[in-house]
Amino acid sequence: MAHASSLTRSRRRSAWIFLIPMLVILAAVAGWPLLRTFYFGFTDANLSDLSTYKFIGIENFYAVYDGEAYGLLTDPEWWQAVWNTLFFSVISVSLETALGMVVALVLNQNFRGRGLVRAAVLIPWAIPTIVSARMWNWMLHDQFGIINDMLMKLGILSAPIAWTASPDWARSAVILVDVWKTTPFMALLILAALQMLPGDCYEAARVDGIHPVRVFFKVTLPLIKPAVMVAVIFRALDALRVFDVIYVLTPNNPQTTTMSVYARQQLVDFQEVGYGSAASTLLFVVIAFCIMAYIMVGRVRLDEGGH
Amino acid sequence: MTLIQKLLAGAGVAGVVFAVAGPAQAAKLAISCGAVGQELTLCKEGVTAWSEKTGNEVDVISTPNSSTERLAVYQQMLASGSSDVDIFQIDVIWPGILGNHFIDLNDYMADEAKAHFKPIIENNTVDGRLVAMPWFTDAGVLYYRKDLLDKYGEKVPQTWEEMTKTAQKIEEAERKDGNEKMWGYVFQGRAYEGLTCNAVEWVASYGGGTIVEPNGDISINNDKAKQAIATAAGWIGTISPDGVLGYDEEGARGVFQSGNSVFMRNWPYAWALANSADSPVKGKVGVAPLPKGEDDGQSAAALGGWQLSVSKYSKNPELAADLVKYLTSYDEQKRRAIKGSYNPTVADLYKDKDVLAANPFFGDLYETFTHAVPRPSTVTSTNYNKVSADFWQAVHATLSGTQTAEQALPALEHKLKRTRRSGW
Amino acid sequence: MNAKARKYLRKLAFWLLVAVIVLFAVFPFYYAILTSFETGSALFDVNYLPESFSLINYVSVFKGQPFGHNIFNSIFVSFLVVALSLLLGVTASYALARVKFAGRGLLLVTILSVSMFPQVAVLSGMFELIRGLGLYNSMFGLAISYMMLTLPFTVWVLTAFMRDLPRELEEAAVMDGATPWIVIRRVFLPVMWPAMVTTGLLAFIAAWNEFLFALTFTLTDDKRTVPVAIALISGASQHEMPWGNIMAASVIVTLPLIVLVLIFQRRIVSGLTAGAVKG
Repeated sequence: MAHASSLTRSRRRSAWIFLIPMLVILAAVAGWPLLRTFYFGFTDANLSDLSTYKFIGIENFYAVYDGEAYGLLTDPEWWQAVWNTLFFSVISVSLETALGMVVALVLNQNFRGRGLVRAAVLIPWAIPTIVSARMWNWMLHDQFGIINDMLMKLGILSAPIAWTASPDWARSAVILVDVWKTTPFMALLILAALQMLPGDCYEAARVDGIHPVRVFFKVTLPLIKPAVMVAVIFRALDALRVFDVIYVLTPNNPQTTTMSVYARQQLVDFQEVGYGSAASTLLFVVIAFCIMAYIMVGRVRLDEGGH
Repeated sequence: MTLIQKLLAGAGVAGVVFAVAGPAQAAKLAISCGAVGQELTLCKEGVTAWSEKTGNEVDVISTPNSSTERLAVYQQMLASGSSDVDIFQIDVIWPGILGNHFIDLNDYMADEAKAHFKPIIENNTVDGRLVAMPWFTDAGVLYYRKDLLDKYGEKVPQTWEEMTKTAQKIEEAERKDGNEKMWGYVFQGRAYEGLTCNAVEWVASYGGGTIVEPNGDISINNDKAKQAIATAAGWIGTISPDGVLGYDEEGARGVFQSGNSVFMRNWPYAWALANSADSPVKGKVGVAPLPKGEDDGQSAAALGGWQLSVSKYSKNPELAADLVKYLTSYDEQKRRAIKGSYNPTVADLYKDKDVLAANPFFGDLYETFTHAVPRPSTVTSTNYNKVSADFWQAVHATLSGTQTAEQALPALEHKLKRTRRSGW
Repeated sequence: MNAKARKYLRKLAFWLLVAVIVLFAVFPFYYAILTSFETGSALFDVNYLPESFSLINYVSVFKGQPFGHNIFNSIFVSFLVVALSLLLGVTASYALARVKFAGRGLLLVTILSVSMFPQVAVLSGMFELIRGLGLYNSMFGLAISYMMLTLPFTVWVLTAFMRDLPRELEEAAVMDGATPWIVIRRVFLPVMWPAMVTTGLLAFIAAWNEFLFALTFTLTDDKRTVPVAIALISGASQHEMPWGNIMAASVIVTLPLIVLVLIFQRRIVSGLTAGAVKG
C-alpha cells in the first residue's frame, strides 16, 4: 500500500476511537499500580510505615556491605525460585496443550451427550482455586487421602506416599493438579479455534481419502496454530506467575518456591515493600524475556492482517 | 441514647446532652473478630451486650480463617491509614509487626492489664506501649491415648526420650496386632508458622533458648538446640510418618482422631473434637503438658492466642478502647470459656468453679498456660515473619534429612545475622 | 479384521477416551459432593460411594452468613466484567486485527505486559486507586479491578480470531459504505460467536474465582463474593477446618457455572461451521 487513501485514513481514525476506551481503562487500572511497584523497587519502603521511605538506587538488586553481597541478584533462593518456576511452567504448559488438544478434538466430534461432557470437562476450571488446591491437599494426604488409597488398592503402590511433604513428590503433585485444573482452559480455546475453521477444506480432504491423522497435521494444525499460540501465551503467563497451588501443596521451602511465592513472601509476609517490589520487577523482566523469546521462536504474528 | 436524649438532641441542645451523657454519644464502631462460625457468633454476642449497655452501634467484620490471609488484609488497611475498622483481633505474634498502627492501651486499661498473664502482656508491649489486650490464649499440649498406655502398662511420658520409647513400643506392638496404619507421634511438620511453634517448644524444652533472646541476641546456634532438633529428626519415618512433614493442625488431628497415632502435639481445640460423639477415640484421650528435654529440661509450650488492638486511625479511639476493655474483662472471658472453651488470659479464671466444670483440663494445664513460651516476635518486630520463615525452613530441611542440625543451625545463624544487619 | 469390526473398535476406543477424560475431570468434584454430605469424623475415612447422607452442611452454609447475597454479588460482578471486557475487547480487537497502522505490534505487546506482574505486586497500588475513586467495598470497584485481569486476555484472543477471518467477509460491506461499527455488528459478531462465548466464559470464570482482590477491596459480609465467603467459613476455633461446610459451599458455587456452560454451549457450536459464511 503506497498511499493511504481517504478510506484508509478514516478507518485508522475509527480504529483509534475503538482502541482508546480500552487503553484508557487499562492505563487507569493497571498503569498506576504497575508504575508504583516499579518505583518502590528502588526504595526501602516498608509496609509498617508507607509514608516514609527513601530512594536507594539498585540496592534491592545488588549491594555490598562489609564485604558481603546483598540483594536479589545475589540471593541463591531467588535464582532457585526462577528455575523452579521455569521447570513447572514448561512441563505443565506442554502437558496442558497436548491434553487440551486431545480433549478439544474429542469435543469437536458429534456424539450423544456432547453438551454434558463439555460441561463436565469445564468443572475443574470452575471450582475456585482456593478450594481446589485445599481439596487436592486433602485427597493427597498420606494417611487418609483417597489418592494413596486408590493407588494401593490398584496395586500400584505398596506403601502410601507423602505427596506434599517431599519436594520431589510435591513437584509432581503440583503439576498434576495444575494440569487437572487448567487443561479445560486450553481445551476450550482450541475448541473455539476448531469450530471457527471453514468446513470446505475438510470436504476436500475427505474426498481425496486422506488419513484423518494426516489431515490433522497438514490441514487442521496449521489453521488453528495462531489461536493455539495465543492460548499458550496466556497459559504460560499464568504458569509463570503460579502461586496458589504451590503455596498450598508444597513444603514451601526453597526447593519448591516459585517467583510469585517469593515475591509475595517479601511483600506481604516480610512487609518489605521495597525488596518485594524489586522482586516483582525482576519477575516481570524474566517473564517478558520468556514470552518475547516464545513470540520470536514461535513466530507469533503481531502485525499482520487488515488492509 | 435514650429516647429523651434523642429528642433533646433533635431539639438542638445536643451540646448539653453531650456534656451530660459524656462518652455515651452514639457512634458507630467496626470490629474485626474471627471468621464465620462459632468464633464469630461468640464475638457478636459479646459485642451486642456492650452496645446494648452503651447505646453505640458496632459492625462486626469477619476476616479469613487463615491467619496469613488475615494479616495481609490488616496490613493493607492499616498501611493506607483506613479508618474503616476500629478494633482488630490480632495473633500473638503480630504486636511487633503491626504495633506501629495501634494506640497505647496503657492509657485506658493499665490496671486491668495486671490481671492478665504476665508473659502475654509482655509480649504485647512494644517499646513500653501496650498495643494489644489479651483476649484468649492458646498453648501447645500433648494428647495421648489413655487406653493404649494402659494396655501396655506405660505412663504418660515426662521427657521426649520417654515419649519416643513409649511411642516406638506401642507402634510396633499394635502393628503386630494387625493395625498396619498405627504411628507413634504426629505433630505439625509442614513448613509454616506451626512448625516454628513445634520447634520452639523442642528447643526451649532442652534449654536451648527461643531463637532470638528478648535482648536481641541470636541464640539458636547452640548445642542444646542442635540436640533438640536432631531428636525430632529421629522421629521421621520411625514413630512419625514421612507425611508429617506436610501436616498442619488438621492433618495431624485427622491421623490421631481416626485412632492411628499414640501421641499428638496440638492446640487445646482438638480436645472437644476428639471427644465428639462420632469420634473413634472418644473417651480414650488424655491431655498433658508437653515432655521435657531430658531429665534436666523443662516442659515448654508455644504461646498462641489472640489479642484485641485499637487502630490509631480510628475516629473513636476512646469508645473502641472501652469495647476492648469490656471484651477482655473477667466476665466476658468467663462466658467465652464456658460457651466456647476459649482459654482465658485472666489468671483467676483458672480457679473459677464454673469454668473448671465446663473445661476439666484447664486446671491441670494452668502451669502450661502461665509459662507458655512466646516466639521471638516482639523483639524481632517487623522482621519476625522472616526470622520465623528462616527458622522453619532450617528445621524442615533437618527433619527431611537434607541437612543435619549440625549444618543447619550455623547457616541459620548467619542468615539471621544478615537480617539483623540494620537492627531488628 | 473386517471393516465392521474395525469400526466398532474405533467407536469403543473413542468412548473409552471420553470416559477417561470425564473421570479425570469430574472425580475430584464427585469427591467434593461426597464430602459435603459427611460430618464429623467420617471426613477422615476414605470412601468411594456415599455412606451417609445429610444436608446439614448445606443448611449451615446459608445460616452462618448471607451466602445467597454472596452468590448474587459474584454473579453481578462476573456479568459486569464479561460485558465490559467483551465490549471493549471486540472493538479494540477489530482495530488491532483488521486495520493496519503503525505500532500495532508494540501496542499488543504493551497490553500483554500488564499480565506479567504478579497480582500481589499491584495489590497495594490498586487498593489506593479503588479507595481514591471511592469504590472501596463496592461491586463496581471490584469489576474495574478485574479489567486488569481479563482485558489483555480478551483483546489478544479476539484479535487472534478476528485476524484469521477471510478478508472478503468485510469487503462487500465496506464497499457499501458501512461504518466500522456496523461492520463489527453486522459482519463480525455473527461469525465470532464461538470465540466470544469462549472468551466470555473464561472471563466469567476468572471473575467468579478471583480471591485476592475480592478479599482486599471489600469489607462487609454483604459485599463479599463467593470465594471470599468460602475462605471465611471456619469451625469452632481457628485451627479447625470445617471441610463439610467448605465442600458444600464449593458444590453450590460450581453449579451455576455448569448451568451457564449448558446454556451457552449451543453458541459455542454455532459460528462458521454452522454455515454462516463460506470462507
